[in-house]
Parts: sequence; structure tokens; C-alpha cells
Amino acid sequence: MLFFSYFKDLVGREVTVELKNDLAIRGTLHSVDQYLNIKLENTRVVDQDKYPHMLSVRNCFIRGSVVRYVQLPPEGVDIELLHDATRREARGG
Amino acid sequence: MSWAGPEDIYLSTSLASYLDKKLLVLLRDGRKLLGILRSFDQFANAVLEGACERVIVGDLYCDIPLGLYVIRGENVVLIGELDLEKEELPPHMTRVSPAEIKGAQKAEREASDLKGTMRKRMEFLDLD
Repeated sequence: MLFFSYFKDLVGREVTVELKNDLAIRGTLHSVDQYLNIKLENTRVVDQDKYPHMLSVRNCFIRGSVVRYVQLPPEGVDIELLHDATRREARGG
Repeated sequence: MSWAGPEDIYLSTSLASYLDKKLLVLLRDGRKLLGILRSFDQFANAVLEGACERVIVGDLYCDIPLGLYVIRGENVVLIGELDLEKEELPPHMTRVSPAEIKGAQKAEREASDLKGTMRKRMEFLDLD
């Protein structure tokens, strides 16, 4: 549940989601669910010329199972908080 | 089972806010399907009405009509809402007939096969 909670805190932030098929999409994180499915708003594809069919996609749903990376804004990571949460999770709390 | 109220739909990650809208569904094999979302579940299984496959080869494209499609969720990569105000494709792309696009696909496949065999033959040179 840690990463679910973590992503929930990032809602509203600008993120880049890289998929397993190498497609990278940048957009505002709209929401995330328990499977780490992601909804993005105001999306744009990083390599637009290679993926012309994505031109008119403004909002999208990405299936959690196809995500390779999520690139976050540096200020989106509170290391202290994450450490504490990880220890709590490891203790089974 | 409880249903999210209409005001919650737009906040949640569910596909409910995409119901009855024209969508682009990207599949794991790279296929692009267009259609109207009529139903879905938690696995992202989806029913598309009036589905068609958009085949793109270089600057050519073609929409091949398919009808009513049920897509198994595991094949879904992305479901995108199409902005009806915007052009779906860049202006330099031309629409062609299914026969033409099949020809273009075949030519592209042959070109990439040829590149593959050329590379194999040159392997002894230890490129890279």
C-alpha cells in the first residue's frame, strides 16, 4: 500500500510516465488506484513525431502493468517521510 | 456493490468518466483501436462500439472498420480520450484505402526483413 499512498500524495503534480513499449508521456497526475493504474491530464508525448496517433489525446488512463518508470519532480520526494513509512511498513504496521 | 456517484467519477481512476466517449485504445502489440467505450471492468477489459483499427505506415494511414469489440484487459496499454476539437493526426498524413495500406505494410515489413538479413551477413565485421 506504500506506493499507492505515495502516488496519491503526488496527485496534481507533473510527472513523466515511461511505458514498457518505450512510449513516454508527460502530464499532470490526475489519480491513481490500487493497481497503480494512472490517469493523466494535459498529456503530451515526449517523442511526438514517432507517435502521431497520440496527437489529440489530452487525458488518458494507463494500465499499471505496462508502466516501466514514473519520473517525479525532485521536490515530490520527501526522503525522511519515505524512510519512516518504509520502516513502518516493514514492521507490519 | 456500491457505485460511485456521478461527482466521484471524475476524481477516480476508473474508466467511468470515459463511458460513451470516443477513445483511442493502445494495445500491447502496438495496434491502435478507435471506438466508443460502452463497458469496462476493474481489469480494464473493455467493450468498444463501432471499433476500427488505425493502421499507420509512414505518412499514410487507414481506419479499418471492425464492429463491436471486447478487448481483454491484459492487452491494454493505454486508453486515451480524443480531443474532438483537435486534429486526430498531423496534417501531413494522408488517408488511403485498406488495400493501399496493406501494400505499404508489406513493403515496410520486407524492408525491415532485408535490413535484418543484411545485418546478419555483415556480422563477421563485428560492428557496434
